[in-house]
Amino acid sequence: MGIFEKFKNGLSKARNTIFKNIKTIFSGKVLDDDVLEELEEILIMSDMGVEVSHEILEELKSRYKADNSYNDPLLLLRDILVENLQKDEVVNDFQQKPYVILIVGVNGSGKTTTAAKLAKMYSSQGKEVVLAAADTFRAAAIEQLKEWGNRLNTTVIAHQKGSDAAAVVYDAITHAKSRGKDIVLIDTAGRLHTKSNLMDELKKIRRVVEREVPGAPHETLLVLDGTTGQNGISQAKAFKEAIDITGIVVTKLDGTAKGGIAFAINHELNIPIKLVGFGEKEDDLQIFDPQSYCNALLGVDEVE
Amino acid sequence: MFENLQKKLTGVFKNLSGKGKLSEKNIKDAVREVKLSLLEADVHYKVVKELIDRVKEEAIGSKVLESLTPDQEFIRIVRDDLIELMGGKENNKITISRNPGFIMLTGLQGSGKTSTAAKLANFYKKKGKNPLLVAADTYRPAAIDQLVQLGEDIGIPVFTGDRVNALKIVEESKKYAEKLLHDIVIVDTAGRLHIDEKMMEELENIKKLINPDEILMVVDSMVGQDAVNSAKEFNDKLDLSGFVVSKLDGDSRGGVIISIRYITGKPVKLVGVGEKIDDLEEFYPDRYVGRILGMGDVLSFIEKV
Ligand SMILES: Nc1nc2c(ncn2[C@@H]2O[C@H](COP(=O)(O)OP(=O)(O)OP(=O)(O)O)[C@@H](O)[C@H]2O)c(=O)[nH]1
Ligand SMILES: Nc1nc2c(ncn2[C@@H]2O[C@H](COP(=O)(O)OP(=O)(O)OP(=O)(O)O)[C@@H](O)[C@H]2O)c(=O)[nH]1
Ligand SMILES: [Mg+2]
Ligand SMILES: [Mg+2]
Repeated sequence: MGIFEKFKNGLSKARNTIFKNIKTIFSGKVLDDDVLEELEEILIMSDMGVEVSHEILEELKSRYKADNSYNDPLLLLRDILVENLQKDEVVNDFQQKPYVILIVGVNGSGKTTTAAKLAKMYSSQGKEVVLAAADTFRAAAIEQLKEWGNRLNTTVIAHQKGSDAAAVVYDAITHAKSRGKDIVLIDTAGRLHTKSNLMDELKKIRRVVEREVPGAPHETLLVLDGTTGQNGISQAKAFKEAIDITGIVVTKLDGTAKGGIAFAINHELNIPIKLVGFGEKEDDLQIFDPQSYCNALLGVDEVE
Repeated sequence: MFENLQKKLTGVFKNLSGKGKLSEKNIKDAVREVKLSLLEADVHYKVVKELIDRVKEEAIGSKVLESLTPDQEFIRIVRDDLIELMGGKENNKITISRNPGFIMLTGLQGSGKTSTAAKLANFYKKKGKNPLLVAADTYRPAAIDQLVQLGEDIGIPVFTGDRVNALKIVEESKKYAEKLLHDIVIVDTAGRLHIDEKMMEELENIKKLINPDEILMVVDSMVGQDAVNSAKEFNDKLDLSGFVVSKLDGDSRGGVIISIRYITGKPVKLVGVGEKIDDLEEFYPDRYVGRILGMGDVLSFIEKV
């Protein structure tokens, strides 16, 4: 099974549960108040939030009037969602060496698993990857990353539990430089964005990266649990303010959650979604595809 | 953040002077603001709709108490309904009636099961009990190591068995607990999706083996609208005894507390308020109403009246 097939399968699980055949439900319908209310329900239940949903529906109303080439309001809505998403991919072609990717997020969102998935993705492209175990706080966080390192045959740089996270990062970068490795992936401890001491630790890690590799970190990815509700906005704002985020990874989209909050974050804060996680295995990662994402979000069947 | 709704409501009710009756017309804007606020708190869309209908029904025609302004009276009604939805004054403590008693922790990936297991074990140890932790997550990398480390930190043994077969580990832990006179056995399971049939079946089988006194689902407080889907499925399959809502030390409004109780009828029993071993508390509905509604002070005022 190719990666894209797998991605579609992951998302189709979500699709089939609640919004079975939604396309036919809306096809041929005009955009009256009832339809608008149904669409609002879909958007809000996707976790897009009331405000963003209303903005999008306003756009839908005015576009629907002007453009009569759509006989399915849902498909017009889908296209509007797609147009509203930024397209900005993670880099595959590195000029700089080492290329440094910093991975952050709240507790349990999927950072460590995403780090492993990225390691897999890059090493299968022939890149040499170093994983930095900069979660020195949580019980067995280091062992977790080391086990991934074993499975993927990737170097993991780690210190003792409780040691200085920034020092681990420094060592990982030094290691990468001296061995000519391509990529450093930094797995950090989960932290709630409201805890200023923990956010300060991230700033410190970032400063070390900036100092050791000019222009780095090249990517700072916020890992967002796809089941997250409106709190996601608050998370993204705080992490962006503290260390500047270049992209979002939405995880756990293999469940029934729609991940609409990621759309809202992109819409409100201009942070692009770059990757999607749809399982616990190393291959369950996909470059973000706006069309697939919006189809899944609205329950539109991919075969049209 | 918490003063948001309060300000809006004060504005909405500004024109309603004195102590008149609440009517469909004069509560219209207030109803809309409350609805918005609940949705922003991630209370499920359909639950919000039902709740709002109920509030309207109760509010219309109701006389405003002498000591309250119309907006306060309206909020009093909303508050009372929310508290009732969260279980009111019921006492929802963890209850263990056998020796050894079993507590089984379940939930989606990353929700906080392993942390909660250690916190609970520590809680019972401090009460003079002799708990045993059982590591039945044989899937996630280093999940067993995580529980073992947490057990070491608090001086509580962790049963790991063959580290491969969850059912076998749980089965053997029963005999082990009896032999070593543990009075409470806390089983940590792997995170899983509610739509993963094979993995859900594993939980059903573990449940059959130990017939737990408490079977709790750990739910992340930051979860949005999908909470009802997973909670319903876990409850349908396992007949939960209740929930633990984790990560409430952040700034999520915690609307999930309303949704999961509404959809399953099962109570929230504990809340997680941090990563430290002592960050576990009993759940009191009235403490969370202000947070979910997005208003603090007005509620304590109404409380006093
Ligand atoms: N179903 C599913 N589970 C995932 C996905 N990504 C991660 N997980 C699971 O979610 C749980 C948490 O993942 P981790 O990678 O440990 O999360 P983390 O952000 O590193 O957690 P902390 O370091 O404790 O903050 C694990 O059980 C993972 O297997 C995904 O895309 N889908
Ligand atoms: N801030 C905060 N973090 C918490 C709380 N409970 C758990 N965590 C953190 O959330 C992350 C996930 O917790 P775990 O206990 O590993 O979650 P889990 O459900 O066992 O995860 P899996 O086994 O991977 O499914 C860890 O980083 C914990 O430290 C809490 O109440 N507050
Ligand atoms: Mg981690
Ligand atoms: Mg666990």
